[in-house]
Amino acid sequence: MSFTIELIISALLIFGGLFVLVGSIGLLRLQDFYVRLHAPTKATTLGLGAILIASMVFMYHMHGYVSINELLITLFLVITAPVTAHILAKAAMHHRVKLMERTRNKHLIESARIQLQPEQDNEKQEQNKEV
Amino acid sequence: MSQISRGISRVLPMPLHSVSLLIVWLMLNSTTSLGHILLGSLLGIFIPLLCAPLRVPTPKIKRPLKALTYVFVVLKDIVVANIEVAFLVVGPMHKIKPGLIAVPLDLSDTLPITVLASTVTMTPGTVSADVSADEKWLYVHVLNMPVDEQEVIDWIKQRYESRVKEIFGC
Amino acid sequence: MLEIAVMLVAAMLCIALVLNMWRLIIGPHAVDRILALDTMYINSIALILLYGIYNQTPLYFEAALLIAMLGFVSSVAFGKYLLRGDIIE
Repeated sequence: MSFTIELIISALLIFGGLFVLVGSIGLLRLQDFYVRLHAPTKATTLGLGAILIASMVFMYHMHGYVSINELLITLFLVITAPVTAHILAKAAMHHRVKLMERTRNKHLIESARIQLQPEQDNEKQEQNKEV
Repeated sequence: MSQISRGISRVLPMPLHSVSLLIVWLMLNSTTSLGHILLGSLLGIFIPLLCAPLRVPTPKIKRPLKALTYVFVVLKDIVVANIEVAFLVVGPMHKIKPGLIAVPLDLSDTLPITVLASTVTMTPGTVSADVSADEKWLYVHVLNMPVDEQEVIDWIKQRYESRVKEIFGC
Repeated sequence: MLEIAVMLVAAMLCIALVLNMWRLIIGPHAVDRILALDTMYINSIALILLYGIYNQTPLYFEAALLIAMLGFVSSVAFGKYLLRGDIIE
């Protein structure tokens, strides 16, 4: 295996590993659930994508053909990650999980919970501001 | 002529699904041998026939080329913006100012809205939380809200929603 | 060089798994725990792929694909349970 290929694979692996680690650090460090939802769903998916590409390049060089299996895993994860995030956000709203104190537009969570339009609340907010 | 097309649509109620089933089957086995192509075609014919009664009417993709460019735009956004979020996560916590916004939707059907909501979730910094029951508002949680919240709404509307609208032609 | 990189990334992934485990234990709400579990699924897929590179075999992809599918379905089932109180309506 040539040096360049090895360098590319290693760089992709380390890039992916760093992103997976950052996603997990975010999961632990961030302060409320809705903010925590941001880190793992995205950083981890990107990191896994990088590791999958590295593995694809490696297998191509070991066996001489591109195995499309990994591409399928990436595709599957990219399609399913938003669905999981969405259903978890819905569950959190249903159980009235607390938002961080300094979250802006906190009132929207109540209308989002019962799937109503936000308009009335917005007007109220503006009126409050004017007062 | 119409009889022939009706006959085809009876045997293949969802041609796009049949083709994608065949492609996924070949990808799963990562081969292009004749036997697998035959088996995949059989699956591609029979599974849609079984699933046809479950189908929900959805708008068709009007412009496949636009859809392809959309995928690339989103991929680029995922990579670029993920790095920003990574720095935010590792940096000091008090810098993060989360917020909620309600984005007014111009889209009219479930499939385009689902595509838009998934894109919003995959692009870092925003997670779509819910859609109002009348499908006119998308609630989005923003990780780091700029001072002017209209900026985020405009970004979502111009960069993603207008493209989704073009793709589905609604 | 590749071996060093593989070891380094394996260490990173193990640390990530431990952090997820931590969140799984302290998570103040059930939703946090589900999120931690979902992240653990994804991290273990990464670890399995890395093991495949280490052993130079493509055999583990099938396992990774299975974990990806089961992980998604179980996360959605947990979320649905929290949302409705039962899984199959």
